Amino acid sequence: MLHEVGLHARPSVKLTQLAKSFSSRIEFASAADGPWTDAKSIVKVMKTRTPKDALLHFRAEGADAQAAVNALIALVERDFETGP
Amino acid sequence: MLLLTGIAAAPGLAVGPLVRLAAADTAHRARGSVAHERKALIAALGAAREELVALAAITSDEEAAGIVEFQIALLDDEELTAPAFIAIAAGDAADAAWRMAMDQQIDDYRSSDSEYFRARAADLRDLFERVGGHLSGSVSAAIPSGVIVVADDLAPSRFLAADWNNGGLVLHRGGVTSHVAILARARGVPMLVGVEPAILEGRLHALLDAQKGMLVIDPDSATRAEFERRRAAYRSQRTAEAKYLGADAKSASGKRVRVMINIAGAGELDTIDPAHVDGIGLVRTEFLFQGRERLPDENEQYRTYRRIVDWAGGRPVTIRTLDAGGDKPIPGLTLAGETNPFLGVRGVRLSLRHPEVLRVQLRALARAAVGANLKVMIPMVTLPDELERCRAMLAQSAAELMAEGTPCAIPSLGMMVEVPAAALAIEEFDADFYSIGSNDLIQYLSAASRDAPELSALAQPGPAFLRVVRSIVAHGAQNGREVSLCGDLASEQRHVRTLLECGLNVFSVAPAALAAVKAAIAQC
Repeated sequence: MLHEVGLHARPSVKLTQLAKSFSSRIEFASAADGPWTDAKSIVKVMKTRTPKDALLHFRAEGADAQAAVNALIALVERDFETGP
Repeated sequence: MLLLTGIAAAPGLAVGPLVRLAAADTAHRARGSVAHERKALIAALGAAREELVALAAITSDEEAAGIVEFQIALLDDEELTAPAFIAIAAGDAADAAWRMAMDQQIDDYRSSDSEYFRARAADLRDLFERVGGHLSGSVSAAIPSGVIVVADDLAPSRFLAADWNNGGLVLHRGGVTSHVAILARARGVPMLVGVEPAILEGRLHALLDAQKGMLVIDPDSATRAEFERRRAAYRSQRTAEAKYLGADAKSASGKRVRVMINIAGAGELDTIDPAHVDGIGLVRTEFLFQGRERLPDENEQYRTYRRIVDWAGGRPVTIRTLDAGGDKPIPGLTLAGETNPFLGVRGVRLSLRHPEVLRVQLRALARAAVGANLKVMIPMVTLPDELERCRAMLAQSAAELMAEGTPCAIPSLGMMVEVPAAALAIEEFDADFYSIGSNDLIQYLSAASRDAPELSALAQPGPAFLRVVRSIVAHGAQNGREVSLCGDLASEQRHVRTLLECGLNVFSVAPAALAAVKAAIAQC
């Protein structure tokens, strides 16, 4: 999680918007063994209060699962397109 | 006439009738059948969403668009709306069900220990009122222009929907980091927070002075006339100053003065055009370390520093190593319970006691210096040996990086001049550049705490301070070392002439003061 302020309002909006563009069930966690959070729900995403520097784990289940995980990782690595 | 003080959240002056905004509490509505209530909530959510989408379409600035998008995303989330539909199924009226569902969420945000999350409670409250308004059929009254709006709190979308021309805003809740405060600063709407609205009940007219953090209720005619004069002068001054923003600063006699900015985070740069500045004279790195559970690692620091130097595009960027302690404690690092923290273990004194923390920072800085005009500045230097120990650590960090095969460069190393012992023996310090920290230097020279308002007269630049500034400038000129001033003094127009007369030609100022300082230089 590179973003300056952690998983706050604007990164969360981008994350859920992207997750919703896939049909798979998508979850993320800040530890490898969970707890897992539905990446399509902004209410749940914001509740995690994920800070900057957290190591995000993604998992997905469904037809486009691999593409979904790749896209979400790319979004985090691009710093939610808010960086320069 | 009554004077109230508040906290200035956005600068400026406004005058006008006081308009009290009641929280748009939704009137109780008669309950219909379960199916009817369900339909009513679906319709209200749909109408609110349409409004927000329309608002997003006409919103041009990124900050405001982000706020509206966040609310749309919340509305689209069943997690938010499901509890309301469950309550309706159990026999609740749509408005009561909606209130119950939103209250839970709002409370959750309000009780957060993070200021950021507490500020988001206003966004949820906004959404609650918008949907609630559709349920009760009452649309919140439009905010008229040219008035001073008084409210407990104000929803960002209501702020965005209003015409703030000639208006001002006074809130009870909300801090200077709230969304509304950010929007008010961006739009130039004068705003105060922390003013109890009950005092304003039944009052008619007010002067809002967000320069002094004051609200004057029912002013007499003389006060009002005086205020109007100040306001007109303020406006024409702002307009005149804005012309200087994009140009290089030059005094009336043609002397080129470099004007840089002080920042506390990369995020501040989003709204600043690099072409308007001669560089960044001070990056306060404390922001990277504060309000978090563990210190930032090398990669994180590197990315932040890199983002800043990339923004500057070859212009000089001076990054100050961690200046914790004093009025900037960092739990787990600074000493707790010092009887006089301003005279305690702070700045470089702290860094040299925690070489493991300083080393990480110096490594990140050496990496970020590749191909950039990056300079490193050490705060609170008192003895030459402190500077030399930092220089040795910087060289060692660079050697380690090179041995690891990591690209790096050794940045030039300068010092803050803020301790009298250093300022009075400046020739003993072999720094590549000097930056005068006027806030601390003045408080130490005059033995007057900078946070004591009743001693503010002693916090002014007196003869001793100016003599010291002249001698540092002269030393720099004789030895080819740059001398700048990065304290609050540089941002104050009224001191520009005095500082120029001391021979100073590099100012580093608050971004909001950039145009004003350039304009003041042009008058000298």
